[in-house]
Amino acid sequence: MSRRAETLLALAGAALVVGLAYAVPWLRFVLTIALAKGLAVLGILLLLRAGQVSFGHALYLALAAYAVAFGTAVVPEALLLVPAAGLLAGLVGLVIGLFVVRYREIFFGMLNLALSMVFYSVLEKFYAITHGADGIRLGPVTFLGLPLAGETAEWTVLGLALVLVLGFGALVRVALASPWGEALAGIKTRETRLDFMGVSPRRVLLIAYVASAVMAGCGGALIALTTRHVTPALAYWTTSGELVFIAILGGAGSVLGPFLGAAAYELTRVYAAALVANAWQAVLGIVLLCVIVFAPGGLWGLIARRRRAA
Amino acid sequence: MKDCDATRMSLTRRAALGTIGVGGLALSGRLAQAQGAKPQEIKVGIATYLSGPASVFGVPGRQTAEMLFDEINAAGGIAGIKVRPIFVDEGPGVDHVVGEYRRLVQNEGVHLVFAAISSADCLACAPLADELKRPTLLWDCGTQRIFEDNRYSYAFRTQANATPEILAALLYLLKVKPDFKSIAVINQDYAWGRDSWDIFRTALNTLKPGVKVAAELFPRFGATDFSTEVTRVLALRPDVVLSTSWGGDLDALIRQSSDRKLFERATFVMPLAESSLQRVGKALPAGHIVGARGDHWFLHPSPADPERLKRFTESYRSRFNAYPIYPCFHMAQAVSAMKAGIEKAVAAKGGGWPTDAELAAAFKGLEFPSPTASVRIREDGQGLENQLIGTTLHSDRYPFPVLTDMVVFPAESVTTPVGQKSADWLKTLSPEMVAKLPQALAFR
Amino acid sequence: MSWFAENGLLVGLALLDGLSYAAAVFMVAVGLNLVFGVMRVLNVAHGSLYAIGGYAAASLGLFVASLGAPPWAGLPVLLAAAVLVGALLGPLIERLLLRRMQDQEPVLQLLVTFALFMILEDLQKLAFGVQPVVFDAPLKWLGTVDVPFGADAIPFTAYQLYVLPGVALATLAILAVVLRYTLVGRMVVAVTVDREAARAMGIDAAKVTLLTFTAGAALAALGGALAAPTVSLVPGVGASTIVLSFAVVATAGLGQIEGAAVAALLIGLGRSFAVYVAPEFEVVVPYAIMVTVLLFRPQGLFGVAETRRI
Repeated sequence: MSRRAETLLALAGAALVVGLAYAVPWLRFVLTIALAKGLAVLGILLLLRAGQVSFGHALYLALAAYAVAFGTAVVPEALLLVPAAGLLAGLVGLVIGLFVVRYREIFFGMLNLALSMVFYSVLEKFYAITHGADGIRLGPVTFLGLPLAGETAEWTVLGLALVLVLGFGALVRVALASPWGEALAGIKTRETRLDFMGVSPRRVLLIAYVASAVMAGCGGALIALTTRHVTPALAYWTTSGELVFIAILGGAGSVLGPFLGAAAYELTRVYAAALVANAWQAVLGIVLLCVIVFAPGGLWGLIARRRRAA
Repeated sequence: MKDCDATRMSLTRRAALGTIGVGGLALSGRLAQAQGAKPQEIKVGIATYLSGPASVFGVPGRQTAEMLFDEINAAGGIAGIKVRPIFVDEGPGVDHVVGEYRRLVQNEGVHLVFAAISSADCLACAPLADELKRPTLLWDCGTQRIFEDNRYSYAFRTQANATPEILAALLYLLKVKPDFKSIAVINQDYAWGRDSWDIFRTALNTLKPGVKVAAELFPRFGATDFSTEVTRVLALRPDVVLSTSWGGDLDALIRQSSDRKLFERATFVMPLAESSLQRVGKALPAGHIVGARGDHWFLHPSPADPERLKRFTESYRSRFNAYPIYPCFHMAQAVSAMKAGIEKAVAAKGGGWPTDAELAAAFKGLEFPSPTASVRIREDGQGLENQLIGTTLHSDRYPFPVLTDMVVFPAESVTTPVGQKSADWLKTLSPEMVAKLPQALAFR
Repeated sequence: MSWFAENGLLVGLALLDGLSYAAAVFMVAVGLNLVFGVMRVLNVAHGSLYAIGGYAAASLGLFVASLGAPPWAGLPVLLAAAVLVGALLGPLIERLLLRRMQDQEPVLQLLVTFALFMILEDLQKLAFGVQPVVFDAPLKWLGTVDVPFGADAIPFTAYQLYVLPGVALATLAILAVVLRYTLVGRMVVAVTVDREAARAMGIDAAKVTLLTFTAGAALAALGGALAAPTVSLVPGVGASTIVLSFAVVATAGLGQIEGAAVAALLIGLGRSFAVYVAPEFEVVVPYAIMVTVLLFRPQGLFGVAETRRI
């Protein structure tokens, strides 16, 4: 799809989000969470381009969320907290990345999973600091020095999420079209060819990994600002699985896929939970199953196909 | 959130499901429903575990709510209005519950929320109650932090908290086995397991200093195999083993300890084991200390209204084929508080329907009947509930252990006073308190 | 040496616990590893099969006991339940789902099993309820064994001491013999090493896949069935089992049966010693072992770089 069409779709999507959030107040929360998760999934998408699946990106999500939660005690400014949390996630991603980019496929996935589970355990273990599974509540937050509370807070965080999503989305779109993006895809098709061309696949993957950590970190920071209560469950392996799940649901073909997937995922979950409170998980599973079996390109694939047909 | 306060969305999620596409959602509009208008039905959002390991509590809680709501409606409702529960699942975690809480208030337009079993969910929902200004009853969660660290105008707890629940078990132990010299703890590795051990240890150091802590074991939450922990405790031979575990974890721990004769070597103190008795059956031997997170036990030795307890037990048993366990009683307390609170608020308005703020105010200082006694909500929002602790006994009349030598601790004697923190208050206890305990009542 | 004189006996006890735990872990992981070898799919639903096997064994066992069967009959019932679950669900899942997916990307195949896991979690809840279930007749029947500990004696259950390790060893031996010396086994190995070449040699890869998956499902169910007498089955037991099995499989090297045994032993003993030496780190042990192993052997303990084999 052309860059222009994608830009237009992205802006239309953003307008739709704002419209929905205005018309249906309770969806504001759901949509903000969806955008935040979509941001983390955008990072997963980068890794998917290289054919690698991380089952541990919840680590960065949770790390940043806890950084924000603890950070509110020191600096309550959201505009400082979010970049700081993203930066922290990026730094940790760099350290871990130097180690994990040497691995491929299942080992890559499992190592990430192991590290996120270690972090999960740490959050539970250092009970005196983190309050374990009870989690910690964010202190008061300000935005440009103004206190954030009530409906203003909801709109501000949603706006912040939209800005970050559009910004990172454009960045990833440009990056994927660059030679670096081609090299990234080369890791998936035949890594040795990159070596022959004098490109270091590890370095290419490391850049993607750090970027994905930063995006997951920003997503985690947004989640913390939205729920205002963070728990270790954010780092559990099922959260990581959920991110991969959303990536596939949305489709890896476009940077819009993750957000489409995240919105579909969150909405399916709340609607399923309302209809069958004790079997929402099965409903979600069936939806995913149908998407994979009948539309392996994800929801984005469906849209793109229709456009081609039209 | 003035806007949300005055607005109840007309569009329910089911209706939204019916309308295909975004158009339907966008058209939903913001139909205002005036505060104080008498509703068609009283809608109650209930957060409980319908999935995951804690559904061993969540599902009995839900069943009790369904049973009691049916009973209320059969008797004509509350203040002449029928009640309807809307259940949401706590299983997916805090961010899901927080989203569901908002939906319940802003979309379903519930009049009250019962939240929750998980302490994390309660900690996240109590501030939301104030933000969205919707009366919220914390019906089962244990953490004492909620009302010790913060004050809320719309959140109230209709039961005790971790401090009295654990302190009562310790006092009971000091009374029946005053000479113990060493203790080991096997708790689940998460907030409750850690918190409850902190409370127990702090109080123990105050009331009986010098007890040796032989081992502090925190197996993974949801662990199924405790053989290493059991072996270690068998080898260390402590006089007492404390475990505040619950659900499948506690069942497995009891069974594995029983299979390997650990119960013969040490006295167990299990403040939540009442909820496991019917499942583990006589694998749990006689002579061990069991609690029920409050003043509940279907064979309570001194209920305020024996008929009420009998009716509750029998209707639950005939409908769900089990004796009610503590989450059932906690749910019954929340339902009873709701009924008493609404009736109080309606009466204060001379028969008119109260605003959310008036309804919330009615819960402050409210005293309401529980299946076994009554509970009073203090000015800080914390419920004052008695605590029952007993010792297991095997009787031919039941296929599982029953309790004997039961002590009912008056709520005030074991609850942290208003404005104090448990960690500090526990350090001010004096050993004389053990001598002043109420008389133990035997199983009849 | 004075430390050993003091603690030698404790080391002995830890060994006994570690062995039985390792046996239980091996039983779950070996099936996962076998299936991965042949199909290259990390089956997330393996955890559900474990849980269903456990529930089925407990239900069948309680039913048989209610008919007045002698307590020893519990042991064959456990086995029967496992075979039943494997034979019913294995072919069903393989035929209806995984076969259609076999030419898709690995991540899609993995997510199919993830979706299946979500569905089975809820189905299992609807079928067996949420109250913990246990069937301990066989364990009670076998009684306890006193293990001397200085002047003291520590009772262990015979089930834990003999049955669990015994069944695990027997499973290992049978699998090793079948894979090495029988025609079917060699076909499985051939498909594991090189699917294309195996087909070119006239091996019916589809049939081998079906057979392997069924065997894997039965092994998962057997793992659950063997656990039924000691553990309490509750919702969520599948999720915690599968993540542990992942760690074993990645540590072992993919498709490695003997590797799975060694990895299970490492993790079992590691956990057991942790309870004695540093109980606060018990939870992290499997992941720490996995990360350490992969740090030095990126293909896992027994994995062979580039060529893949059982």
